[in-house]
Amino acid sequence: MNACRIVAGGLAAVLLLAGCSIQPWVKPYERERLADPIMKFSGDPLADKHREHVFDVREAAHGATGVQGGGCGCN
Amino acid sequence: MNSKDRAIRRRTAAFLGTCLAAMAGAGAAAVLTSGPAPDFTLHSVAGSNLRLREQKGQVVMLNFWASWCGPCREEMPRLDRLYERYHASGFQLLGVNVDDDVRNAAGVSTKLGLHFPVLLDTEKKVSRLYDLSTMPSTVLIDRDGRVRYIHRGYKDGVEQAYEDQIRELLRE
Amino acid sequence: MVVTRSRLTEGRRTDPAFGRSARAVLRGIVWCAAPLLMRVRARQAQGARLTRLAGLLGGVLAAARAHGVELPEDRADAMFHLYDGGGVTALGPAVLIRKSLFDRFSLSGSYYVDMVSNASIDVVTTASPYHETRRESALGLDYVYHDSLISLSGTHSKEPDYSADSAGVDVSQDVFGGMTTISVGYTRGWDTVGKHGSPSFSAPANHWQYRAGITQVLTPRWLMSLNLESVSDDGYLQSPYRVARLFGAAVPESDPTTRTGRAALLRVAGDIGSRGAVHVQYRYFWDTWGIAAHTAELGYARHFGDRWLAEGYVRYYTQGDALFYSNNFTSSRTYMSRNRQLSSFWDGGPGLKVSYSAGRVASRFDVKLTAGYQWLRFQYHDFTDIRTGQLYSFNANVLEFFVSAAY
Repeated sequence: MNACRIVAGGLAAVLLLAGCSIQPWVKPYERERLADPIMKFSGDPLADKHREHVFDVREAAHGATGVQGGGCGCN
Repeated sequence: MNSKDRAIRRRTAAFLGTCLAAMAGAGAAAVLTSGPAPDFTLHSVAGSNLRLREQKGQVVMLNFWASWCGPCREEMPRLDRLYERYHASGFQLLGVNVDDDVRNAAGVSTKLGLHFPVLLDTEKKVSRLYDLSTMPSTVLIDRDGRVRYIHRGYKDGVEQAYEDQIRELLRE
Repeated sequence: MVVTRSRLTEGRRTDPAFGRSARAVLRGIVWCAAPLLMRVRARQAQGARLTRLAGLLGGVLAAARAHGVELPEDRADAMFHLYDGGGVTALGPAVLIRKSLFDRFSLSGSYYVDMVSNASIDVVTTASPYHETRRESALGLDYVYHDSLISLSGTHSKEPDYSADSAGVDVSQDVFGGMTTISVGYTRGWDTVGKHGSPSFSAPANHWQYRAGITQVLTPRWLMSLNLESVSDDGYLQSPYRVARLFGAAVPESDPTTRTGRAALLRVAGDIGSRGAVHVQYRYFWDTWGIAAHTAELGYARHFGDRWLAEGYVRYYTQGDALFYSNNFTSSRTYMSRNRQLSSFWDGGPGLKVSYSAGRVASRFDVKLTAGYQWLRFQYHDFTDIRTGQLYSFNANVLEFFVSAAY
């Protein structure tokens, strides 16, 4: 239960960060490297959709991939 | 099916609630809001040095941008139009670029055919001086060198607000 | 572990320790955070609670699509895709067009064709190989308002014996000075399952997907994202063709009519060296059918010169079998399946993606050519090739080649 309270406290702190004393520590003008295409999580929508489909019909796991939209089900 | 429906509706409500809670988040505000505009000297793409204090007597707009920032690139042609329209009346527009590589600044400037001076702030000194919280950021400085308006980010249609404020400052 | 319906199990399923501890941590975080955000009356299956709490947690543990909220750029893509492995060859073209309107909206449409020649082990051991074409069209609308991005999407997929429609909404919001992007989303799907040779056969299947995510800038060079998604299915979730084995004889398969699966994905990207970035991701999936799965991927992307970009990666996936799966049942049960997609197996392999920026064409389009290839190996632990009696395994090649033009 103690660990629970610590985690809860930590989460509360994170939630309250917005508008509170902690300032964003990476300024907008320091985000050049993050804007590089090699840093993107998902590349091209069509290719991701194909890859997602290839695994969706063969693996039981699905979801949380960042590819939006429904699928064919393809039982 | 009834309990399933209820469970689903509860889930949806929970998500909407989260959504609202999340959307209520806010960013941090910039420290600089008014007062005398901090002075600086920067190298320009054209090669010469430019000092802010020398622009006193003119209405100055500082536009902080980067080649990797989409909204910045969108905004620039509109700012260029404002520059061409009001430059003769005493309006000076200075683009402050924060790219690490100066070639990107020159490249975008040429590609968009910009007429106003582009200054290079590779070391981010001026960005820190003006405590930027968004990209792009636009600061309007009056003839006495005081900061009057700050625009954070770029929204479609804001150039109308820019124009109104420039005209107001030019009239002083 | 999620408590399943009593008909399904004789008790709680034993989970691999790794999955159990990962779930315990996630559940701990979720459980502890709930009281902060909303009063929730904790009751019923832990599974439903987890979903609700994951939803409530949106403010912290939510994952976004990309980092930062911005109207997606205009582009047109044309792709050729190919999958070849395990007796199945699926290939076809796909196109995507995206255009911004009034500087605030972005409209996108895509059309995807899948021509399948199926001579997979399931097909050749019970019937004869066949060819089939699946067509999917999708429409999307994005709207940017201040720091928020609202996306609506709809898809329609049709093949001779299966049709699926879906509609979804996603909302992304930049908070904390743009360092954090929070997103939530919902998709509803409606499927109609048909059967060749039985025009009167028509069964529905419904899907609900809830997702939340957070993308967080850690340093000027490191980025992380956490995505949670819950998918619930209801209706006809099996195949009208596939059979299960009972004492070596074929019997029609029978799957439960409901399923809820949850996935948690953690991704980290870091800009290292002068022009390269490393990507690491891990996803854990668990569902009410007793399946637990792990997916891990490690990749490195790098610029070469001014025009080339290459990315190499390795993917590894492993899953446990469903509660009602068996290669050969020795007693008759309510739910019986020999669907290898629900069996325990691993798959994995390396992949490479290379992009070439051709530059400006016709002074309007920025053209990029990309080729992606992945080699995969599938190895089953409890599914045999009945022709040989050996545990089944196969290799596969996955290929995408496409041209994208930004304008």
